[in-house]
Amino acid sequence: MQEIAWQLSLVLMTLVAFGFGFVAINSGVREEDYTPLQKRGYRIRSKLFWTLVAVLGPAMIYTLLDLPYGASRTGNQAGPAQVVEATGHQWRWELSRDRVVKDQPVEFRVTSADINHGFGIYDAEMHLVAQTQAMPGYTNTIRHTFTAEGTYRILCMEYCGIAHHNMMSEIKVGSL
Amino acid sequence: MANYTYEHTPDRGATAGVLAYLGTACAVLLLMMLVGLLMRLEQAQIIDLGANWFYELMTLHGAGMVGIAGIAGAAVMWHFLRQYVDLSPGIFLANLALFLVGVVMIIGSIVFGHFHAAWTFLYPMPSQSMGMWSQEAAALFMGGLLVIGVGFLLLHLDIARAIVARYGNFARALGWPQLFGHDDGNAPPPTVVASTMVTIVNIVGLVVGASILTMMLLNLYLPEFTIDAMLAKGMIYFFGHVFINATIYMAVIAVYEILPRYTQRPWKANKVFLASWSASTLMVMFIFPHHLLMDFAFPQWMLIMGHIIGYLNTVPILVVTGYGALMIVFRSGIRWDMASRLLFLSLFGWAAGAMPAFIDGTITVNYVMHNTLWVPGHFHTYLLLGMVAMVFGFIYYLGKPGQNAAEGWLDRAAFWGFSSGALGFTLSFLYAGKESVARRYAVHLPEWLPYDRVGSVFAALVVASSLLFVLRFFSRLGAAGRDYARAPLAQGAAA
Repeated sequence: MQEIAWQLSLVLMTLVAFGFGFVAINSGVREEDYTPLQKRGYRIRSKLFWTLVAVLGPAMIYTLLDLPYGASRTGNQAGPAQVVEATGHQWRWELSRDRVVKDQPVEFRVTSADINHGFGIYDAEMHLVAQTQAMPGYTNTIRHTFTAEGTYRILCMEYCGIAHHNMMSEIKVGSL
Repeated sequence: MANYTYEHTPDRGATAGVLAYLGTACAVLLLMMLVGLLMRLEQAQIIDLGANWFYELMTLHGAGMVGIAGIAGAAVMWHFLRQYVDLSPGIFLANLALFLVGVVMIIGSIVFGHFHAAWTFLYPMPSQSMGMWSQEAAALFMGGLLVIGVGFLLLHLDIARAIVARYGNFARALGWPQLFGHDDGNAPPPTVVASTMVTIVNIVGLVVGASILTMMLLNLYLPEFTIDAMLAKGMIYFFGHVFINATIYMAVIAVYEILPRYTQRPWKANKVFLASWSASTLMVMFIFPHHLLMDFAFPQWMLIMGHIIGYLNTVPILVVTGYGALMIVFRSGIRWDMASRLLFLSLFGWAAGAMPAFIDGTITVNYVMHNTLWVPGHFHTYLLLGMVAMVFGFIYYLGKPGQNAAEGWLDRAAFWGFSSGALGFTLSFLYAGKESVARRYAVHLPEWLPYDRVGSVFAALVVASSLLFVLRFFSRLGAAGRDYARAPLAQGAAA
């Protein structure tokens, strides 16, 4: 997902840069009568608008199909969910268990005992695979199925004070 | 459709009040840039300040940059808006005075009280410092923000008064008669439309911000008065999002006013323009849940609303303002000087920054990129390369010694240094975000250091270029206050 976001951003930013560069290069010789240019410009703008609608509209809807909020995420996965109660403290994570089994859904019930924290799960290559906020008075639930064994790290994703960067923990993913 | 033609408006110098705003903005901006550079150098492990200092500087940088963006944006808006409505110079100066009082309070809370709960001061962190700062330091910080907020509220109430006195009501000032009826070509100028939008959203945003600050100040001294953490977060992000976005909508007025003078072409408020600004008025206020996408307990319909508006919000930026600049510059014969270059660059920065921003506002992307360095990556793109470039363009325009005054190579070099530095700086953030580098960490893991080191080099380039811009402005303060023609005639244009 991160790779797609990066490449898509680069492509779109490059397209914007191309538009600005093209106009800057073609800004030197003046066309005194602005009206025909304006009419052509408005026609192109309409096309640009409908292109954006045609591209962004389906993308906006498609990306809403797999939200991390609902229970449906693990509905078709094998086995019952392994529940991990996770509570954030200044500055440590309290986990009800630190070992789970791969290919079986895990339900992280995340809350905080004091202030706002962020519960971020990093894989062995230190890529963020899932997160939610840990907030006092609320429980946010992540449903995630690990497909690879290894040691995953929990990092704090919401600034919480002087040892925010040290608020790390580990969870081991193994097989049955 | 109404037929629009260019009508020349004489270039006016800035009042002493506008110059005081801009002088303050430039000085604080430069200082905050240096603070930002120190933070990147610390993360890169090139210097060793320690976590305490890092988080204090981070709090200062965030609060200082948001505040100074507000001051700079207000200076641009006030300078041009006074052509159309009767504004109160007294209220304008009162806002600056309150701002400076607030700045002193905030600096005091950080430097002497060691407050470091970030500029977002999420409840209940200010009151739960684990002994790192006192109750008084937290009160001084939040009190400082409150004083600054009250100043801006006064300013916007005065602007609202002046707009209503001239146009009758906000609907007319937003051009609704022309938008929903016959476009007779008499819609208010873009400056008035933009100022009306900013006034509406900022009044609402500032009242919400002042409310949560007051509630949290009460909680500091009356702990039994508790606040729902989710409500507090929602109110803080509503206020924060509206206020920082409004700074861009204020600063873009410089583009609407100055580029037509350089191209001798009209940038009028036609139906599309009016529709986009009315839509932006609503979108800026209702998009704020995109800051809360990882708060799963937040009402889901609001999170989906944040996702959808994130996509819709890119349309006016790209299709109306960004594209509008391209239209009036294309085959215009524009003469490229520092002001026109920076203003043109600023719209690129705004439009380009909107791309990683809406991608981050996609819920499934946010799930693996929220609070990574992707976030400062996108907002620095549209704020540094967008909003700040608008302000730099404006100060170069004000200080330009004459219509056809030539520029030295140093200024041109600084322009390219700023452009490439800001782009490299923001891309290093975005790339680090792609690599899942967590945001707001004083100490980075060894594998994250290369991105920090690259980012530090580009940040230094931005600071050096900005220093030249600011010094140039201070050396031309005398000229900036006088009325004379600044915008050169486009090549081949009929005089």
